[in-house]
Amino acid sequence: MSQQYHCRIYVTLRPSVLDPAGVAVQSGLQQLGYEGVEKVRIGKYIELTMTAENESQAQQQLDEMCDRLLANPVIENYRFEITASQTVVG
Amino acid sequence: MKFGVIVFPGSNCDRDIATVTEGLLNQPTRMIWHQETDISDLDVIVIPGGFSYGDYLRCGAIARFSAIIPSVIEHANRGKLVLGICNGFQVLTEIGLLPGALIRNRDLHFICDRVSIRVENNHSPWTKAYSPHQVITLPIAHGEGRYYGDEDTLKGLEDNGQILFRYCAISGEITQESNPNGSLNNIAGITNKQGNVLGMMPHPERASDALTRSVEGLKLFEGLIEAKILVS
Repeated sequence: MSQQYHCRIYVTLRPSVLDPAGVAVQSGLQQLGYEGVEKVRIGKYIELTMTAENESQAQQQLDEMCDRLLANPVIENYRFEITASQTVVG
Repeated sequence: MKFGVIVFPGSNCDRDIATVTEGLLNQPTRMIWHQETDISDLDVIVIPGGFSYGDYLRCGAIARFSAIIPSVIEHANRGKLVLGICNGFQVLTEIGLLPGALIRNRDLHFICDRVSIRVENNHSPWTKAYSPHQVITLPIAHGEGRYYGDEDTLKGLEDNGQILFRYCAISGEITQESNPNGSLNNIAGITNKQGNVLGMMPHPERASDALTRSVEGLKLFEGLIEAKILVS
């Protein structure tokens, strides 16, 4: 019996890397009058569902996916959230 | 000297390379579809500019898992030549054949322009037809060409003379004003430690034919052919 998981993955630029898109959006928000806005960083949000034996196996696989493809560890950090959605019989 | 040009879905400077190596320099050249794996007949592998796999996720991220890539890594590890131009440079950093990464241009614009570039040294097979600190003009066309590496990476590149091309003023001076995309240390092109793998954002193949009014990129390819003659 395995479990289906719903995964939400957040990929963000490492703090040391300049984020020009974030800077542009920050200045856009400030021009709209939201002068209190600072430190805007833009990242990526990836959703996927996967089937795994259990949550720790799902976590391990997600870690691998992030390291190998979804994030570039040279410039990006990542984190994810996992929710069990459905039990798969068989 | 036999050239191979990898064609990914989305490559669009592949024919330009072949036009230079085969058309202008009479060197045998073959296009390599990304699903091929045998490139043992080739001396120089070129990963051309374009938008491999649409640049989805990150530039070069998906190309990294193409069938051809293990053969490219093996080719490089055997000391043979690999050239990545623009998207090809991005692919080379994703593969790990070159350090660092290429990220969004400092000012967010896609830049299509001609810029001055300084050839840092001519001890490399890639630059032997240029003189040291020669200033050349090459076209650039990229949205994500800002070279980034952490401090250790940059120090390693500097200490080992791996930076072959820097954005510069017409006078050859390295200034922030002459840096089109915010690349750290004005980096426009780097090699691996051994020097046989080169990645560069400017397009030498677009400045090789007199019809394009500039031939300052042609020397890179001519130098390569000369280098091979000296070696063999």
